[in-house]
This record gives sequence, structure tokens and C-alpha cells, in this order.
Amino acid sequence: MSTSHLDHQDFGRIINNTLADPHLQKAVYTATGRLMSHRRSAIEPHLLPDYQELREQARLVKLHTIENLDWYLEQFERNVVAHGGHVHWCRDAEEVAETVLSIARPRGVKLVVKSKSMTSEEVHLNDRLAEHGIESVETDLGEYILQLLKQRPYHIIAPALHLTRYDVADLFEEKLGTPHDTVIENQTRTARVVLREAFLRADMGISGANFLVADSGAIVVVENEGNARLSTSAPRVHVAIAGIEKVIPRAQDLATFLKLLARSATGQMLSAYTSFLSGPRRAGEVDGPEEFHVILLDGGRTKLLEDEEKRTSLTCIRCGACLNHCPVYRKIGGHSFPWVYSGPIGAILTPQFHGLDAEPALPFASSLCGACAEVCPVKIDIPKILLRLRSDIKESEKGTAEHQFERMAFRAYAYAAARPKLWRRLTKIGARFSGPGIRNGASLPVVRDWLSQRDLPAPAAKSFRELWKERRP
Amino acid sequence: MTAREAILGQVRMHLRRAPSQSPPAIPEARIRVPVMDRAARIELLMQRVIALSGTAVHVATLAEACHTVALITGGASAVASNAPLLRDAGITALPGVQTGFMVEAELRALCTTAPFGISSADYALCDTGTLVMMASPADARLISLLPPVHIAVVPADRVLSGLDELFTLDALPADHTSSTVFITGPSRTADIEQLLVRGVHGPGEIHLIIYDNPT
Repeated sequence: MSTSHLDHQDFGRIINNTLADPHLQKAVYTATGRLMSHRRSAIEPHLLPDYQELREQARLVKLHTIENLDWYLEQFERNVVAHGGHVHWCRDAEEVAETVLSIARPRGVKLVVKSKSMTSEEVHLNDRLAEHGIESVETDLGEYILQLLKQRPYHIIAPALHLTRYDVADLFEEKLGTPHDTVIENQTRTARVVLREAFLRADMGISGANFLVADSGAIVVVENEGNARLSTSAPRVHVAIAGIEKVIPRAQDLATFLKLLARSATGQMLSAYTSFLSGPRRAGEVDGPEEFHVILLDGGRTKLLEDEEKRTSLTCIRCGACLNHCPVYRKIGGHSFPWVYSGPIGAILTPQFHGLDAEPALPFASSLCGACAEVCPVKIDIPKILLRLRSDIKESEKGTAEHQFERMAFRAYAYAAARPKLWRRLTKIGARFSGPGIRNGASLPVVRDWLSQRDLPAPAAKSFRELWKERRP
Repeated sequence: MTAREAILGQVRMHLRRAPSQSPPAIPEARIRVPVMDRAARIELLMQRVIALSGTAVHVATLAEACHTVALITGGASAVASNAPLLRDAGITALPGVQTGFMVEAELRALCTTAPFGISSADYALCDTGTLVMMASPADARLISLLPPVHIAVVPADRVLSGLDELFTLDALPADHTSSTVFITGPSRTADIEQLLVRGVHGPGEIHLIIYDNPT
């Protein structure tokens, strides 16, 4: 699997660059703030009185599906085939690329229109298609801009939130040869004209899927622009790429999930377009694709199933609410994260999909404040999983000097903290010798890292116990 | 071993499940249909559509629906779906309106140039201001997608309270159509600086006409 592996140092460098960029700081903070307030208004009790019951139902249904995943995947497959579609199973990114090529090449496909799919971002599909002379065009406005810039999405649902109209004006002038124009409406119209031509000329449309509906053999695609509708309606072949965890049992479950997804993502009651697609066009239907393929990707997902706690990560419906509410994401932004999924959900998915040794820094990039779990529409306990991953990482570091030092330090701490007299004596001594000066003076291995981003506050002149003694009547 | 066998094998091994082992009882689907009379549904639907920056009118007869369509299109070129109610209303006979397309290429050619697309909708959901469009010989997908303005004509008895009622009436839409699309307001984006722009790839304008059908 091709991924960029970042160690602690790389991670730190990108974070520092982001923190030092005032424009980026403002853009991320404003955008996530806006998404937070939209979500809050959309779940107000007078609009959605049963919000908490819906979350619990969504959690239960998703968990049930994940715990019986093979059953629902097979049911999904049977029903897709019954409606005249095809299902392809892929273990990894390479197999996805091979499968798409095996569909595209015999049919002489030259141009592919793609609607936003995080799963296809996982597999770097565009590069693989280009190697075989097949052009693929991203059609979501944000993704289109990113494709021209050769960047990856900054946010699950707002991929280009780090860019301004001025960036887009420069880009369109350079790449499309259109006059420099900073009016967002005009930029959108330019993209509409360029991409409309692509939709009508394309031989194949590739989409993601927000849900795979087992009892219907259908995929559900949620979007606002209409680019997914066009990608799945205009070209003669439609290929959907989805992770195996996207399956839900029944069409009726959409009455639960659709009420939560758009509200949690953008604060809309429903997104502008929710497409529920099953098979190629039926007899008599005037338009729609002649072929319908669904590619089911494992890509590291089955590894999470064994552990009851970790498998809950697979219930994620990719709304992005945890990113918007994360104080860490809001400071360090999406590109500080090493893979397509950023924020709290990225911090748990990336190391679990790719292996802990590949991404050891991520589970520590959290203050464990719990905001992500509070807003998660399927109630994934992200902080708990982060702690689990931290513990796994520390287990794997057993025997290293750092691990031994930490172990000793925590043992000593536990010893002292359990003995009040000793604790009092030690804190008194500590108070005398510490102070702001400790930041530069610290040379102990772990303490040095810790203090590189933090100041140790000077201790109060008197301890709480002393103050309490004085004030007590 | 095929990828299919490998993936299902991994899944079963980790979950300790045997092939074809039925799952334990699934949580019952959560369906809540509120009691709402027709007038309240129509009022809420119109309110929601207007809040989404669409327009909505409620008329008594098909003839009035036809008159409303004529006012919106003003005789300009329009492509109408094959829905019988559009013909019954006289909408397909309005100046500028073309209909009866059964060949995709012809439909597509007109949809790319006509400023108006006119369709029926199978249902409307009042709690979210949503049109439910199911593909069929009567209603093609591209009519509500390619032209910059979409006009939808819906009978009053097809106004449902929401998703729950829809999935009560039709638990398996895939059994009769390849495509069920929920349209909630015009095509929109906020991808550049989080500022809302309408009419990105789909229609930037939606006009809903609800008429009282005899029941």
C-alpha cells in the first residue's frame, strides 16, 4: 500500500508550518467554526427532537452489521447481481486499480469523470489510470481545484477549505487560460462549463458510496453539487468504489442514517442530492448507465474486526463532525495528517489500516478532550480507541530506553502519590527548584520533548494545603 | 484463492462466524410516521422549499398548474418528462415545450440546451422540503439535472411527512427502479471560502407546483 509514512519529526515539521501560517489558521478556524454552528442549529430539539435516539439506533444498526459483515456483504452482492449489476472484491489498492482497468480497457474508455470518493483517494486511482492513457477528472468543485493543484483533500467534506478565491483565480488563469476572476460565482460557472463538457463526453463515471444497502443491492451517494448524479447518470458505465464497512442492512435504515449524516456534516436536513442507485438502467428507462459495477475494498479494514473495541471504528459514516469539533484539527489542519483521513477519525483509522509502526505519532495528536465522541452521530468512542492505540504503541516499544525511562518515572510517581507525607515533602522541594527556567535547563529525554512545546508554569508560593490550613477557622 | 474468498474468510475468522451463519436478531428499523393532515403537510413543504431558496405554489387544478408553468417558462424552450400528468395538465402542449423522448441521445441533446426541465415527482417530503424522483419510462434522470431550472409538478396526495413515511409505503424502491433521487433544494456548493453558490452542476433554481388531485 502506498502511503507517506511520517515519523514524529515530519509530523512536527508540517504542524509547525501550519501553525506559522496566519492565513491557514484563519481559514481552518473559520470554516470549521461555521460547520459547527450549522450542525448545532440543525439538531436543535424543535427540528430533531429524537436526535439522541437516532444516534443510538444508528450505532446499534451499524454495530450489528459490522459484527455480521460477511452475511450482509453476501446479501448485498446477491441483490446487486439480481438487478443486473456486478460486484468486484479487492484486497488492496492495487487490486482496485487492476479492476477498474479491467473494466475500462476492453470498453475503450478514454475519459473518466469522478465524483468525490475518499475510498478512491485511498488507492491513488487517478495516477494508475493515467499510466494507461485514461484521463480522469474530479468533478466536485473542491476536488477539481485540488486535482489541478495536485493536492490531497484537506477535510473529508470540505476538501479545499484551505484555499481562497485568490488562489482559485490564479489557478484557473494558469491551468484553464480563463481571465483572472476573483468572483466565486464566476469561478463556479467556469468549472460548470468545463466539467459539463467532460460529463457529456466521458465513457465511465466513478463514484464513492456513503452506504451499501444489503436488502436492495443499492448504493447511496450523498452530495450537494449534482456532480455525483451526473457521474452516475451520464456515462454508459458506472463504477462505485466503497469500503466493505459501508454496508447497512435495509433501505428502511436510511430513515435513520440520512437524518444524521447531512446534519452532522454540513448542518443541512438533507444534502441537495441523495441518490439511491441499484443496477444499470431498467427496461424502458430512458437514461442512466448501461453497466453498474461495485468495487468492495478491504484495504486493511478486516484487521480491525477481531477486537470488539477497535471494530467500532468501522461504523464511521464519514460526516466530518469530529474534525470540525477537534481543537487539534482546528490548529494543525488536514494536511498535517499523513493520509486521506484527517482529524480524530483519521488518527484512529490511519494507524489501524496501515499498522501502528507505520503511523506511531497519530494516536498522540489528541488532547483527549472528548468533543469528537460527543458529536459523533454513531457514537464512536474515539478517545477510548486512541488510548488503546497508545497503549499498543507503548507495548511495542518495550525494551527501548525511552520506554524504560517512562516506566520508571511513572512507577516513582505512583509510589510518591500514594504516600501523602512523602508527597508533601517532595512537592515542597519541587516548588523551590522549579520555575520558568526549567524549560531551557531540561535535558532529560522525555521531559525535553514535552517541554519543547510547553512552558512549565512557576509553582505557587504556597501549596493548597498550606492555604487551607491558614484559612480554616 | 479469489479476493472474494480471502476477504470473506478474513471477516469470518476475525468475527468467529461460520459461512452462511445467520445473524442474531437485528435491531428493528426505526420508523416514526407523525400524524399530519394534508393542509399542514403542504404548508410545511412550501415553507421548507422556500427556505431552500426555491419557489412553491399550491393550486387547485391541473389547469392552474399548467398556467403556473407557462408563467415560469414564458414560452422559452423546455423539456418535459413523459409523466402522464404533465400531458393531462396541458403542460406538454405549451409553446416551447418538447416531450415524448424515448431515445437517450435526443433527450440529452435537448437537456443540454433547454433552459427549463419539467418533471413530475413521485413524492415530496414535507419535513425536509425534498422531491423524491424515481427513474422510469415516465421520468428520465437528466430532466431534473441538466437544465438550469427545474420545475416539478406534484399531486397533493403525494406529499408525505418524511423519509419514514416513504420507506413505509415503499420499503424496497430498488425492486422497481434503478434510481431514486432525493432532491432537497437547488444544486449548491460552498467549496470556495465556505460561501454558498447555487447551480454548480445541477439546476440553480427549483420551482414546485402542488395541485389538488381528486381522491
